[in-house]
Amino acid sequence: MRYLPKSPSERREMLAAIGARSVEKLFESIPEKFRLHEPLPLPGPLSEMEIIAYFQARAAENARGYTSFLGAGVYPHLRSVVTDALVQRGEFLTSYTPYQAEISQGTLTAIFEFQTLMCQLTGQEVANASMYDGSTALTEAVLMAERLAGRHRVLIARSVHPEYRQVLATYARNLGLEIEEIGFTESGQLDRAALAPERLAAACAVVVQSPNFFGILENIPALADAAHSGDALLITSIAEPISLGIVRPPAEADIVAMEGQAFGVPPSYGGPYVGVVATRDKFVRQMPGRLAGQTTDAAGRRGFVLTLATREQHIRREKATSNICTNEALYALTATIHLCLLGKEGIRELAAQNLSKARFAQAELEKIPGVRRVFSGPTFNEFTLEFPRSVKLINAALLREKIIGPFALGTHYPELTKRAVVCVTETMPRPEIERMAAAVRRILETPI
Amino acid sequence: MNSKTTETEAPVAAIRKAGRHVSQNEGLIFEKSAPGKRGMQLPPLDVPAVDPAKALGPEFARDSVEGFPEVSEIEVIRHFTRLSTWNYAIDLGMYPLGSCTMKYNPRVNEFVARLDGLASEHPQQPAGVSQGCLRILHDLQKCLLTITGMDAATLQPAAGAQGELTGLLIIRAYLSSKGNPRKIVLIPDSAHGTNPASVVIAGYDVQNIKSNERGQIDVDRLREFVTPDTAALMLTNPSTLGVFEQHIAEIADILHERGALVYMDGANMNALAGVTRPGDFGVDVMHLNLHKTFSTPHGGGGPGAGPVLVKKFLEPFLPVPVVVQRENGQFALENHRPQSIGRVRAYCGNFGVLLRALAYTLAYGAGIRQATEDAVLNANYIRKHLEESFDLPYSLPSMHEVVFSDARQKKFGVNTMDIAKRLIDYGFHPYTTAFPLIVPGAMMIEPTESESREECDLFIDAMRSIAAEAETNPELVKTAPHCTRVGRLDEVAAARKPVLRWKP
Amino acid sequence: MYPQDYRYTKDHEWIKADGGIGTVGITDYAQHELGDVVFVEMPKVGAQIKAGQSFGTVESVKAVSEIFSPITGEVLETNSALVNAPEKINQDPHGSAWVVKIRIADPKELAGLMDAAAYEAYIAEQAKEHSA
Repeated sequence: MRYLPKSPSERREMLAAIGARSVEKLFESIPEKFRLHEPLPLPGPLSEMEIIAYFQARAAENARGYTSFLGAGVYPHLRSVVTDALVQRGEFLTSYTPYQAEISQGTLTAIFEFQTLMCQLTGQEVANASMYDGSTALTEAVLMAERLAGRHRVLIARSVHPEYRQVLATYARNLGLEIEEIGFTESGQLDRAALAPERLAAACAVVVQSPNFFGILENIPALADAAHSGDALLITSIAEPISLGIVRPPAEADIVAMEGQAFGVPPSYGGPYVGVVATRDKFVRQMPGRLAGQTTDAAGRRGFVLTLATREQHIRREKATSNICTNEALYALTATIHLCLLGKEGIRELAAQNLSKARFAQAELEKIPGVRRVFSGPTFNEFTLEFPRSVKLINAALLREKIIGPFALGTHYPELTKRAVVCVTETMPRPEIERMAAAVRRILETPI
Repeated sequence: MNSKTTETEAPVAAIRKAGRHVSQNEGLIFEKSAPGKRGMQLPPLDVPAVDPAKALGPEFARDSVEGFPEVSEIEVIRHFTRLSTWNYAIDLGMYPLGSCTMKYNPRVNEFVARLDGLASEHPQQPAGVSQGCLRILHDLQKCLLTITGMDAATLQPAAGAQGELTGLLIIRAYLSSKGNPRKIVLIPDSAHGTNPASVVIAGYDVQNIKSNERGQIDVDRLREFVTPDTAALMLTNPSTLGVFEQHIAEIADILHERGALVYMDGANMNALAGVTRPGDFGVDVMHLNLHKTFSTPHGGGGPGAGPVLVKKFLEPFLPVPVVVQRENGQFALENHRPQSIGRVRAYCGNFGVLLRALAYTLAYGAGIRQATEDAVLNANYIRKHLEESFDLPYSLPSMHEVVFSDARQKKFGVNTMDIAKRLIDYGFHPYTTAFPLIVPGAMMIEPTESESREECDLFIDAMRSIAAEAETNPELVKTAPHCTRVGRLDEVAAARKPVLRWKP
Repeated sequence: MYPQDYRYTKDHEWIKADGGIGTVGITDYAQHELGDVVFVEMPKVGAQIKAGQSFGTVESVKAVSEIFSPITGEVLETNSALVNAPEKINQDPHGSAWVVKIRIADPKELAGLMDAAAYEAYIAEQAKEHSA
């Protein structure tokens, strides 16, 4: 087998050196009745070419060649081939967690840069080396706020990604944390009037997403004031962080929980992605996840190490506040490279392109009779429209034209049937936007 | 010692695997930044340009991202390439890290993960145009169930720790459905730190159970410890000592008789695949670490994937969505499952990692047994050749990993961390130091099946040489490493006055 | 080494009682076991502590140790010097690196603690066990 660097004679020699007559001897500590005597009925073994053929066949069964207007937490963006060329270097790809700092300075330096970039983007003072994704980053941020404020209830906007809220609920259920949902106004933003003093007094945090699931930007400074007036923290979740190229950062938030998929990580049917928690320096010891810190060796050379490890499970064990061990380091590296390539000008230009494309698409779609904008708040690259008929039916018809239509809100928001969130990024060519608008027009003109 | 050296000068002649080389220096990317440089050019806009300041207004608009780097493409290539050369990696040589299973990361896995039609798919797209993705998930599930002898699976958890939490929540849901979730999870004192941490986050209390003098679960003590308040035993098998729990059948019986469950941490599955199945020896729920046993790359700390596999009676409690195959052959994600513990993360899992694990499994087929045999052979070969140089605290047969201690070297003032650092000079990554906790001064060594005899021999030579150095030249070992770009770093300063980001 | 007028616990805390107020810290043995101290977590002033209850932690790079109160009472003061200079615990554990001052609720609790001689004998036992 090509992954096993041993010849049969070497195996024999090594067994002889151990003094074992056969390799079966080495498994005698397993009770006989549990030892398998037949090979497992598994597919394969396949050659490299056959493996590729299998996966190419699977790729052909998906949506290759389709145009997609889905965002809803995962965003298609351009990525440079430079990123993969670097990330596929064996020294990055096949290295371990940098516990042995002297031979992991590559990884540690890149993590330190990642942490810095995340702070620069979010306006926060410190960021960690990654969580699994945006949904678990948000959950960890809430648990962090619970510890900091000592209160066991959280107020969360309904306009936060439905799956993120479901994940929080799964964790909260077993930790005695109560979740209360706050609605939205016709602007699509959090209903601040609902943040009454009694409500805030019992809550550890107010949680919003910006841009939220409807694509609307939240007024972070006002929300921070409101939360702080009740001694609660403000947590901002960000699923589309490219927005930070032109949208003011949530510096007034106490904790930011971000999904970094938009930084050059392919959609890949749901993962792996890269979550980040960023916060104020004063909260750093309550923050989960690994942290790379700068220091020196005895000769005064600058180097980086994993630090503040006493927050983590391998030291705290049952006193740990988070069980995270493995993170998303390779995708933090991907994000770092991508952001360095974009740079200060590039991320601004990229964000501006997204805004322009989305506004163009919105204008085209709003020209269609019966289609109108929902929510008056400002948007980035996603916007919510109302249609004169079921979005499900429209999307089924669009699919026949190889278009994956916008995200229908009715399943998660029963009061928002016939409404959908359209996402348009810089990857969407103008002719495709026009084609989609024409298709929708045609579909709506067709009697049901 | 076959070279003349001063007390702290590294004897280069003794080291066969590694030599010196000119390695490039490199600062932080921010230190190379200058206004006007750019690394990526975007295609031109084909729609009318909208001015962000006008469109968003002063309340929402941002001028620029202060401090963001401005560098050219070649600087990015050089920067990260130089950084990469400062890392050790599996592609360079053995990583004997115990319970990490640092095996070869096959390159075809990287190739297929990047295929257009796989890397490009959006998790919310209709199932009708995602049959390829869903089939990959379904096929992987089937393979994992075959290998483990379990009945149902979830591929959602993003890592082993998340798998542990998921498994514990499944246990809680099941026991609750029977009227009483119970309060306590038993954990052997040799367990990995994520085990007790996961228990606490699942809302249970931890009860540590002391291992016996052989490093195994103390069956008599277990009988006393399992009460009506016990929800489960969380064990690793083989244990973190690399030894198979010989009384596993009895252990499982004790738990089951009292209505409790057996959770297995599958981190050490590399000793079992193709040879035995946890589902056969009494495990009710377990997780696998695909970034260990199933070759997906560690990438400097992640990503991983921690699928959870359960027996039939626990299937109703799996997190949503569940990958199913309908009668017409179509695959789907099922969200409506009334007894489910809920969702543990957005979307259906680390698909890119799962895909790589399937590619690995397809490459081996039933031959996966050979990998397991080679892993155990390598570990025993190393054990045999180091037994004379290092203290072996537990003498039961090792499977895929062996745990020594620094007891002999301690007499000269040299501890496991020192030996590990000196191993770096010999061209290897250290083994796992100071774990499991039940072995003071532990040296946990897991070569995996990916190591050739030659690499194993080099490792043995290095370790023997260091053992000798510990006696004749302890200072050399205590001040190692000597051949790296940086020496031991001041972790105390890093923790007292943390500097966690660059500032201009 | 161990001040005669202090009392000691099995978890290696010391307490100096003076006029109804107990000054509490960790012993030289404890700081030695821990290694370089990087952080001290202290309770809030006004917190009510019970004897034997954990009220804070001392951290080294690789370990966290809880600090258990020798007595019951209210926290009157915490040592702010430890915030920026946790290394004081290594340098002067019995003096300037005190951790909290507690108002003693029940002076009888002091009688149950070890005196300097008993503590020194206790740690001699501990040291023997560790090197065994």
